[in-house]
This record gives sequence, C-alpha cells and structure tokens, in this order.
Amino acid sequence: MPVTAIQASGLVKWFGEGEAKTTALKEVSLEAYLGEMLYIVGPSGSGKTTLLSVLSGILRPNAGSVLVEGADIWGLGSDRLAEFRLNKIGFVFQDYHLFPRLTTAENVAIPLILRRKSWDEAVSEAVKYLDIVGLKPRAELLPVKLSGGEQQRVAIARAIVSQPDILIMDEPTASLDGDTGRDIVSFVRRNILNHERCVVVVTHDDRIYEFADRTLEMEDGRLSGIEKRGANTEKGDK
Amino acid sequence: MKGILKLAYKLLVTDRTKFTALVGGITFAVFLMVFVTSMLIGVLNHSSSMVTNVGAPVWVMDPAVQNVATSIGMPDYVLDAVRSMQGVQYAAPIYSSGALVKLPDGTYQPVTVIGLDDTSLLGRPRSIEGKIEDIYATNGFIAVKDADFPKLGNVHLGSEFELNDHRAVIVGIAKVPLFSIFGIPTLYTTYNRAVQYVPNPRYTISYVLVQPKSKGDILQIKRQVKALGYLALTMPEFKRKVSTFYLFSTGMGINIGLMTLISIVIGIVVSGQTFYTFVLENLERYGALKAIGTTSRELIGMILFQAAFASLVGYGLGVGVCTLIIGLAKLRMPSYAGMEMFTNLGAAFGLVLVIAATSSYIGIRTVLRIEPFDIFRG
Repeated sequence: MPVTAIQASGLVKWFGEGEAKTTALKEVSLEAYLGEMLYIVGPSGSGKTTLLSVLSGILRPNAGSVLVEGADIWGLGSDRLAEFRLNKIGFVFQDYHLFPRLTTAENVAIPLILRRKSWDEAVSEAVKYLDIVGLKPRAELLPVKLSGGEQQRVAIARAIVSQPDILIMDEPTASLDGDTGRDIVSFVRRNILNHERCVVVVTHDDRIYEFADRTLEMEDGRLSGIEKRGANTEKGDK
Repeated sequence: MKGILKLAYKLLVTDRTKFTALVGGITFAVFLMVFVTSMLIGVLNHSSSMVTNVGAPVWVMDPAVQNVATSIGMPDYVLDAVRSMQGVQYAAPIYSSGALVKLPDGTYQPVTVIGLDDTSLLGRPRSIEGKIEDIYATNGFIAVKDADFPKLGNVHLGSEFELNDHRAVIVGIAKVPLFSIFGIPTLYTTYNRAVQYVPNPRYTISYVLVQPKSKGDILQIKRQVKALGYLALTMPEFKRKVSTFYLFSTGMGINIGLMTLISIVIGIVVSGQTFYTFVLENLERYGALKAIGTTSRELIGMILFQAAFASLVGYGLGVGVCTLIIGLAKLRMPSYAGMEMFTNLGAAFGLVLVIAATSSYIGIRTVLRIEPFDIFRG
C-alpha cells in the first residue's frame, strides 16, 4: 500500500478580476505517493506550474486543500508555511536560480543556513551532497564556471540537502540539450528518488517521459483524467 | 541568524560594482556633510577667537554689540562701576580695534590691535620670544605668530613699523590658542598706548573683563551690569552670541545649511537609487530564498543588515576622507578653519541612519512584494 505524500482535492485558482479573470486550476484533485516519480505534463498555459506552486505551498489557491502528512498546508500561517517549504519541500527551479556570486558549495548550503546551521557546518555538509551529484571537485567554483547540466545538478543538490520528503522539479530539462536532460532525470531517478521521497516533475519534454512512475496530463486547468504508468515502473527500474 | 546575515553580507559585497557605487554614494554624502559642517564649526569657533584667547570668564559690553570684532566703546565710569559691584573679584578694561600699519617696505597692512590693561595685562598671550613685561617698553608691541604673521613682513624682535604716524617696535612674539578668521595679523600692546596710537571715538573701553569671586556670583554681576544699562555675558554666552550673529545675520548659516541639505538629498537619492537597483537585480534571488523557505522577517533582517552595513562603511570612509582632507589642508594652510566635532560627526551619523532607513524601506517594500510564484513562472 503506497504512502500518500501529497493529497490535493478540489483545487481552484484564478488570476485577475472581471473580464480579465483567468481560471488556471479548475477543481483539480490528485495524490502523490512516497517512492514515486510523478509527472504532470501538458501544453504551455495548461496550469502545470500553477498546480506545482499550489502543491508546494507557494501559491495560495482560491479553493481546495493540500494535505501533507494529514495537515492542510494552506491552513498554516505565512511563517509556518515558509518553515514547511524549508523542511518538507525541495525545489529545482526551471532556471536553477543559483546565486552567481556564491560558490557551488555555498549555493547548496543555503537551505541549511536558513535552518540555522552555522556557515561552515552548512558548507561542509553541502560538499557531501555535491559529492552525491558528482560535483565535489567543483565545490569552490562559481556557478558561471559550470555547464548547464552541472548547474542543474547543483540545483538538485541544493534541493535535497535538507532531506525533504517532496522534491519539486519545474521543467528540469528546459534549459538542457536532449542527452544532458535525460542524464539528469535518470540520475534523479537512480540516486535521489527513494521510498521515503516523492518527486513531482512538471514537464512537456516527451524525451524524459519514460522515467515517470505515473504521468498526469493537464489541459485547460484540469487533469485530463489520463493516468499513465511509466515505463520504469513496468520495468521495475527503481 | 548569523548564517543568514553572512549570506546577506556575501550577496552585498560580492557584487562589487553595485557595492562600490552604493558605498561611494554614501561616502560622498557623508564627506560633503562633514566637510561643510566642519568648515562652519571651524569658522564659528575662530570667529570668537579673541574671546577664547583673552579667556576672561565674564565680559561686560554695550548691549548693541553683535560680535566681538565690532565692539562699541564704553565710558570709563562703567569700569569703575563694575569694579565696585558685589561679587567682582577684579575687573580690567580691554581695547580692541582695527588699524593700518605701515611696514618698512612702505606697504600698508591692516591689523587688529588689542590693548591690555596696563596694570594687570589681563588677557595677555603666551610669549615665545621676548618677555611679556617688554610690552611696557617705549613703543612696544607684541606680534602674534599665527597664520597671518608673515603678512607683517620679516618680523623679529626689534622690527619697526609705523602705526598712525607713531613709531612701533616689536618687543615680543607670542602664541594664542586660536587664530582669527579675518586674515589679518594681531598686535598686542598696553591699553593706554593702544588708545594713544589708534584714532578713536570718545569712549575707548571695548570690553570690561571681569573675574567673579565665585561662579555663584555671576548671576548677581549680570543683574547689576544690566541695571547700569550694559550687558554681562559669560565666555560661552559671548561665543554663542558671536556664532548666532555669523549664522543668522551674515547669510553664512543659510548657505551652509543649503549645502548640508543638498548633501543629504544627494546621499538619499544616490544611495537609495543604487540600493533599489541592487535589490531589483537580486529580486530573483530573494524570490528564490522566499520559495525555499525564508520568512519575511528574515528577509527584512537581511535587507536591514545590508543597508546598515553599506551605510556604516560609507560613514567610516566619508569621515575618514574628510579628516584626511582637513588634515592636509591644515598642513598646507595653517589658517584653514575646518574642524570636526562630535556634533557634526553625530549629525552625519544621523544622515547615514536616514539613508539606511530610506534604502531599507525601498528594498523591503520591493522584496516583500515579490511572489515566489513569479520565480516558478520565470
């Protein structure tokens, strides 16, 4: 019996008012489980990123709930919500959003620093995670000295350094060439995903679909109801 | 919080161009303000140099006197009346006036002549060459060795010049604590010789210098002098009166005030704008931090720290540069009047706090408005 990591129900989100009102999410419900790599796919403007933001405690929905460990995250105050994101969620942003003037190790250490670890302790812990993503020798370099794939790996290391239960990846291959993109997602699947962690990936890159355990399609603010099992699950590649 | 502040520090100082511009703007504003106010303080301080140099605790004068350089002569009975007042230990007249001396090379030089009470020499300067008693010698004058001293030519003991067709001889050279701002040399002589040599109106006592028996007697001395129709001021009160005159009756105050205001505006605009640009360019990073889990309070702490750090560095540099320039100016021009005091350093610190507060306010407003969702949307 899979353990539920996220349980979202009846999510509604709109932007603007009056004639400019656009509904990005229309009664969206889903569940994500620990140990699975869940893909949310769909064309641009279908509401994927909005859904991801609502699920991760970044964007407040107009209706609906998101339960993580049985508690509705949208019932939390802003400080508790920030604490939730810091402790439970790891983010891999589409454009990485690394700090250009901090070293690779310092970038990875940021979530630990925000968790009140001392600077030196956080940086030395970060180096261990850089080792996991194969970038330990580059710990002292600035992000600008790294390739796109390496920067993405740094972003992944930063996302997992605080050992979150849920890893959120927004278009992880958008800025990478085909082979590198596949390598990154394959790496996450092999090394980051485990039975205590859930990885939610938003993408429209069909070259990486094969790594999903489950794929949900979105269109016009709704989950289209098609739930595909990924090739990996079928192959037992986990 | 220490780690978060270090993160804020790194974000700030590693962007060297922005950090330099930010600190440069604050440095310039602080420099301008400290420099201008130092000049003001120096000029005001030196404007009452005679009061400081003579050093009498209480000065009696005509109530219409506005500054020490333009005294109004008082009749001799004022001196007698003051001497007989309760609480007065002793009192002596002093004479002060401008005059023209004819130097040996035939040129004329304006000077200030100060005539000391013949019996007590109250208010005498410190001799560095010759003896103070030599002031009693025939035609004896003592020259003050200050920034304007060279204007008397190659002066030494025994040098001669003419003052209103009278022969005058330098019998001593002296030092005083403060030089005058008027740019003219000062000569000391006895009271009687001064009134004899310099053309004068009917009344010749410029001020009566009073030594009270005790500090507690000052109030009653003032009361008695007022009853006589004159004004008695303590040394600090007289200095304040002179400063007030130069500040509000000469336009100096409004000009310096305007320059100070301009420095504040420049500081706030340059620093505020640079800090705003810095925040704008780092908005994505702040947004990412917010998404990762930084609370608003922590972000506010980071911005306040960055603004305070840049402001304090700017303050230190501004004060440092100003001190250096004033020091160099004094080396080159001994008569340069600029001087830093806790008052203007404190005022500049206040300016820095205003800059930091304004910059922080702009930064915090901007950062708190950013939605982490915008980071997801790219």
